[in-house]
Amino acid sequence: MAGGKGGSSGVSDRVAAVAAWPVQRIFGLLEYPLAAIQRSVGISRMPWIFLLPNLAFFGIFVVVPLFINFAFSFTGGTELFLGNRVYTGTEQYEFLLDCETFGDPTTCREDRFWKGLYNTAIFIFFQVTFLVLFSLITALILNREIRGRGFFRAVFFFPVLLSPVVVALIWKWVLLRDGILNAFLVSIGLDKILFFVSPEWSMFWAVFVSIWAHMGFYTLILLAGLQAIQPDLYEAAEMDGASKERVFWRITLPLLWPNMLVVIVLALIKGVQIFDEVFVLTGGGPGTATQFIVQYIYNTGFTEQVQNFGLASAASVVLGIILFVLTMTQLAATRARDNG
Amino acid sequence: MADTSTTRRSLASLISAQRGRGKLHWTDVFTYAYLLFGVLLMFGPVIWLVMSSFKTPSGLLEFPPTFLPLGQIEVQVDGHDKPLPLYEVTSQDGTTRQLAQVRRIGIVSQMVDPQNPDTTVKVPIDQRTKVREFRMAWENYTDPLERFNFVSFLNNSIIVTVVATLVTLLINSMAAYGLSIYEFRGRNAIMLFIIGTLMIPITVILVPVYLVVTKMGMINSLWAVILPGAATPTGVFLLRQYMLTIPKDLIEAARMDNASEWAIYSKVVLPLAMPAIAVLAIFSIMWRWNEFLWPLIVLNRSEVYTLQVGLNAFQGELDVQWHYILAMTVVTLIPVVVVFTFLQKFITTGIASSGMK
Repeated sequence: MAGGKGGSSGVSDRVAAVAAWPVQRIFGLLEYPLAAIQRSVGISRMPWIFLLPNLAFFGIFVVVPLFINFAFSFTGGTELFLGNRVYTGTEQYEFLLDCETFGDPTTCREDRFWKGLYNTAIFIFFQVTFLVLFSLITALILNREIRGRGFFRAVFFFPVLLSPVVVALIWKWVLLRDGILNAFLVSIGLDKILFFVSPEWSMFWAVFVSIWAHMGFYTLILLAGLQAIQPDLYEAAEMDGASKERVFWRITLPLLWPNMLVVIVLALIKGVQIFDEVFVLTGGGPGTATQFIVQYIYNTGFTEQVQNFGLASAASVVLGIILFVLTMTQLAATRARDNG
Repeated sequence: MADTSTTRRSLASLISAQRGRGKLHWTDVFTYAYLLFGVLLMFGPVIWLVMSSFKTPSGLLEFPPTFLPLGQIEVQVDGHDKPLPLYEVTSQDGTTRQLAQVRRIGIVSQMVDPQNPDTTVKVPIDQRTKVREFRMAWENYTDPLERFNFVSFLNNSIIVTVVATLVTLLINSMAAYGLSIYEFRGRNAIMLFIIGTLMIPITVILVPVYLVVTKMGMINSLWAVILPGAATPTGVFLLRQYMLTIPKDLIEAARMDNASEWAIYSKVVLPLAMPAIAVLAIFSIMWRWNEFLWPLIVLNRSEVYTLQVGLNAFQGELDVQWHYILAMTVVTLIPVVVVFTFLQKFITTGIASSGMK
């Protein structure tokens, strides 16, 4: 590490050394109290001491809240503290799930929740389909022998790192009434389109922008899968004179399928929780056209005049169940990939 | 090196396609068309954002927009306090001259010749065009520093990112150490429990975590953003997998030398686990810098807003000041671009190997 002379590695080593100094001091100061603890509890209990902070964080901010969430969903009123809340039994769930026909959100008592569910379903159907499709095409293309592969991989990947707010603002600026896309439409003789006034266009751009932002991540996973395929399989196919199409359908796709499955389920899990970029892009509008489950929970619990924590919690439980099922599917898919 | 030779071959086969050898397959054409389109689609909007962020408010209102930031030239004319905007006027006989506009009344504007400021001429507005030059509106970047809480947004984001990343690295590396170096009863159960918390994203427990944070008196403080996400299953998992590869002999040798367990953790294992810690640090910085929903819920006063929440508040205002928003968006984007340019390899291999982001 210390040997790096000149060049960027030398500089970064020096920076790392300077940054490491206070860290080393703090660790050094902690050595005495922790050695004392070790003397009193014995070495065999030390792993628990190391695990303690992390488990405490999980306990306070994940496990306890999970139980409180259930408790909340059986209470009513606007009080935040559990002790002050009224027990209402399954009233919140009954209210949430009360529909004349489940196919039509307008017949439900809490139509916003159902609209959110339906919107999410429509969103993930299109988003996941095209996300996986374009990630696959991009991965296949980046897997070819092309000039500047590293550059092109970076091009498709960099939006993954952008914050959802930045992504939304970038596209909002492109899509505004006097934005560059409308300028392009006018220049080829079409009329301007007010994208965020139309429910269909708003949904289209919500799907489009989230694919734009996340495609690089899934492309990367598929690319890793493609590169793990043995090259001699392709060589053998070439010797046999198989066409490129045939190689794709008979070798590439079947061998990539386990990775595809993981990508699909991962995209579903993320898709169900869609909020950030669409919230900034469309605000859920026009009306409730692009309002999704998470935004329903956020609005119900935090932005309405009357903060309905009980209802928000009940909706969270429903979301949690959906995610649980999807995660179980993901685990099965991952296991199938790693074993297969 | 090897890369260029293979690409040269594929390029050569592309060019020599007509000569029989290495026939041009439709997928070759498709590949380059796709990549070209991809570069345009991925980079285009970002470049457009950066170019637009240097335009003046009036430049932003222009339709159709210009690519480069152009500003109208203004000239100082005797007898007028303020600089006047310069126009090119075409008169009836087809000659053009440059005049400065004094004021505009309806469809007629009163103009003066900067060289001869005493006589004003009336010109219909459709006979004049703005005289413009390339000008970057740096004030879009400097104004927010003085006029809004932008500096405090930036500070808050930096504090959250740095402190949260340090806490994350400390507690997760400790846990990973406990789970990788020791063998004790309940180890697998704890590991399963930690992985299990992956299934409970913050979106599912917004209300109760809000309650916990309120009870702890952290609402509208940066701790409310920093602490809830500090323990990450991803982090523990990533570090543990790496620490498992550290030879047990090293630890035994340190114990022989009477090193305390803490000393082994901080002086032997941590330095060896640096590559994994660096990956987690990069992830954590990305997560925290970009975090939006949770800060949006727990930060309700503009002094404590992070950049993301502040940006969202600005764009939601009735009278959207796009020239400032665009500039602030570019500032928010810069750290990510810097991190990406220098650490691209780290990030991509980190994601490809762990399957997480």
